Amino acid sequence: MTYTIQGKTDKWELVIGLEVHCQIISQSKVFSPSSAVFGAEQNTHVSFIDAAFPGMLPVVNEKCIEQCVKTGLGLNAVINKYSRFDRKNYFYADLPQGYQISQLYHPIVGEGYIEVTTSEGTRKIGVERLHLEQDAGKSIHDMSPTKSFIDLNRCGVGLMEIVSKPDMHSPEEAGEYLRQLRAIVRALGTCDGNMDEGSMRCDVNISVRKAGETTLRPRVEVKNVNSVRFVMQAIEIEAQRQIELYESGQSFDQETRLFDSVNMETRLMRSKENANDYRYFPDPDLLPVVLTDEYIENIRQNLPELPEAKKKRYIEQLGLTPYDAGILTADTETSRYFETAIIGQDAKKVANWVMGDLFAYLNKSNQTITESPISAENLGELVGLIADSTISGKIAKEVFEIMAETGKKPSVIVEEKGLKQVSDTGAIEALIADILAQNADKVAEIKAGKDKLKGWFVGQIMKASQGKVNPALANQLLDKKLAE
Amino acid sequence: MVSQLTDLTISQALDLLDKKEISSVELTQAHLTEMDRARFLNAYITETPELALQQAAESDKKRATGEKIGRLEGIPIANKDLYCTKGIRTTAASKILSHFVPPYESTVTQNLKNAGTIMLGKVNTDQFAMGGSTMTSYFGVTKNPWADENGEYNLVPGGSSGGSAAAVAAGLCMGATGSDTGGSIRQPASFCGITGIKPTYGRCSRYGIVAFASSLDQAGPMARSVKDCALMLNEMAGFDVHDSTVADFPVPDFTQALHTDLKGKKIGVPKEYRSKDLNPAVAAVWDKGIEYLKNAGAEIVEISLPHTKYALPVYYIIACAEASSNLSRYDGVRYTTRVDGKSLDEMYENTRTDGFGPEVIRRILLGTFVLSAGFYDAYYIRAQRVRRLIYNDFIEAFKTVDAIVAPAAPTTALSYEAMKNMKPVDTYLGDVFTTPSSLAGVPSLALPIGLAENGLPVGLQVIGKHFDENTVFQVAQILEDEAQFVKTPHYVKG
Repeated sequence: MTYTIQGKTDKWELVIGLEVHCQIISQSKVFSPSSAVFGAEQNTHVSFIDAAFPGMLPVVNEKCIEQCVKTGLGLNAVINKYSRFDRKNYFYADLPQGYQISQLYHPIVGEGYIEVTTSEGTRKIGVERLHLEQDAGKSIHDMSPTKSFIDLNRCGVGLMEIVSKPDMHSPEEAGEYLRQLRAIVRALGTCDGNMDEGSMRCDVNISVRKAGETTLRPRVEVKNVNSVRFVMQAIEIEAQRQIELYESGQSFDQETRLFDSVNMETRLMRSKENANDYRYFPDPDLLPVVLTDEYIENIRQNLPELPEAKKKRYIEQLGLTPYDAGILTADTETSRYFETAIIGQDAKKVANWVMGDLFAYLNKSNQTITESPISAENLGELVGLIADSTISGKIAKEVFEIMAETGKKPSVIVEEKGLKQVSDTGAIEALIADILAQNADKVAEIKAGKDKLKGWFVGQIMKASQGKVNPALANQLLDKKLAE
Repeated sequence: MVSQLTDLTISQALDLLDKKEISSVELTQAHLTEMDRARFLNAYITETPELALQQAAESDKKRATGEKIGRLEGIPIANKDLYCTKGIRTTAASKILSHFVPPYESTVTQNLKNAGTIMLGKVNTDQFAMGGSTMTSYFGVTKNPWADENGEYNLVPGGSSGGSAAAVAAGLCMGATGSDTGGSIRQPASFCGITGIKPTYGRCSRYGIVAFASSLDQAGPMARSVKDCALMLNEMAGFDVHDSTVADFPVPDFTQALHTDLKGKKIGVPKEYRSKDLNPAVAAVWDKGIEYLKNAGAEIVEISLPHTKYALPVYYIIACAEASSNLSRYDGVRYTTRVDGKSLDEMYENTRTDGFGPEVIRRILLGTFVLSAGFYDAYYIRAQRVRRLIYNDFIEAFKTVDAIVAPAAPTTALSYEAMKNMKPVDTYLGDVFTTPSSLAGVPSLALPIGLAENGLPVGLQVIGKHFDENTVFQVAQILEDEAQFVKTPHYVKG
């Protein structure tokens, strides 16, 4: 590894692990039938089970089990055929049961890995485990000076906690791991990966050590770092802080800190002595989850293509560059758009249009690819119109603008605006004859050897035809006329 | 007439109702009258007379018009105040839930409603079912309808289903729901001279029953005959999508094996139960029971349940561990009582200190301790391992025998005075014979066999294989027939 931070006295390496909580996409919550959909009016998606009324019992939602298995397979991980639920006990106002149902001792998914490509190359980052648990509710402390408000809509929504091994060594690598993980869960449809809505949340474990040291120093857990950029920033800032402490002769114990993205610092949340004793024990209300090989295989067979495999296919079969393939497979929506647009078209040309004009337009208009007024089919058609010489590349840019404004099909626009290339040689020859006649002096110059002027003539032809003449054809016919 | 109606068994009453010799309103009114008269027993926490009479009138109408009726149509019963009843206060005999009105009905009480039963009210229990006397109830102790040697009503009815047992024994209902975690149906049944069964763990849904210890809690009926218990359990048991631990097995008709003979059956007598804790009078009744079974053609086999002596500590570790977590939800934030504080933590502390009684607090502390970092392996994990050994004891024994007969409690009903003077841990000894079968999850029925020298009833328990309640009922019916126990507490005699 090459990434190190130069301190005042030493070179330091980073050891990073991520714990990522992914809200599971499912109709209902993990242990109750209430809706798991985000964004409803406060406390409207709450059952007696979620609110932990007396005598209420959890019943596991099979869909959540399936989503965990799917994700596990997407992480190239071992699926544990026997898993079990444990209670993590602690008191908080947005945790009505007084315990979170989780999986400490027997998680549903074991070791796996994610392939991550950075400027240092491609590496496999280990996944330690994935376990299924329930989310807590939300405490709102800023609505009243004396009261806290509780929203239990989120309480009981299924979460996959995906714990990496301490395998990452740079902010970039951690950022890429998180991006890749997000791309995987999105491709699988197991989590929407929206970090700003909190459906994907990240805790970062960081420690530093002198370059070459083989043992680990105490780690700091930085909680709730909720964007890829913040994760990378938090790592840098926290690593820097630890290095400064060590280099000024101080040491510290394992602790939990919070990332403050406004002041760009991490702040102590709790030290090791104040850590909770969660008193984990197996939840007696729930039976172990026992999966058959057949069940797992069935999910494996129906797994969608994952970003990494898709990227390889784009490179090998479509002839894209690794960079382009990486961008087009970064999220499901883009690859879905791309794959619709390339039907019957040259994939490389489509890729150029998507990554060039389309992305530029979407960026400018602040739209996502799913909101694009230019449908994938229409973009494909546009590429086709160039390929079969119906329009020139220059006209295509014009057509693209109109497509973006109106959402119309390019063929319709070309028809309406009369933008079709002129391929009638007789008409073009007449046009050329006209121009040559009007510029006899320049014709003489060409004949005297000033070949460069040919370009000027082509320009005149295009201008006179309002760009509708196929430029190759114009060149060819000009040569013919001049030779006469 | 009134006293006759409240003396009937459920099966007798069903017969009379079918023949239209009595009405459900008459039957219900007779019990309501008795409830008024017996208020000093403090069997009920909440009485629902208007609702009962209304239900009874509807039930009579159904019978009169020939509408489809339930299998317990018109039978007035009581529910332990641990069962959530929609729209009717459910307290778990605690202060913290003293104002709690559930917006839902427990599966078991719903099943009994669907069967046509009439609910007279909610009966007393130890607080959160923690105790063996009803003395931990926030609503005061229930008196045993059996008097002591001086004719005073100074005896505990047992617990935790002491309100159920006392109400059934005193004719304040025809049957009642109980719940059993470590003996809470069987011990009070024995103390009050009635019959009650803790079915196999997983036979009845726990949905809507205030949880004490989830891996042990089991619903069961308490009534004045073996057949009545079978009739009630027929309705209470069955699969429920709301409880993952309920067995998805068909529920047989539990009355089908009653009155069949025991020829060829082997009955085990566990030698470990003849312990120093066993009162000689109880031992004598046990011997009498064994004689009855022998006379009925059963082969009596001495068996060993070698890990019996560990059952009590194992039970208290596991039950308290689960309880400490199950009771966390009573935190002052939502439906419980609340005592404010300066911070969230202080509010928790104030609410829970005020809302829970000392026995509940003791068990929460015990449970919290055994699950704590550094103690978990030594207590909880070890207890789980020993629980497996206890379970294996029964599996092994049932390779040779069809059922086991043993005392339900080491003594007859104790007095309040005696209980008060005992250390809390010594009161736990009352569960010595019932906790092993609870830990193993096997069904166990307690029924009265005779009276001790002190004139108080003594019960035996019949323990069966998992999901073999039918053999349990069969053996219990033989014992009931042979014993001809006179089920008349002093209170009823007047």
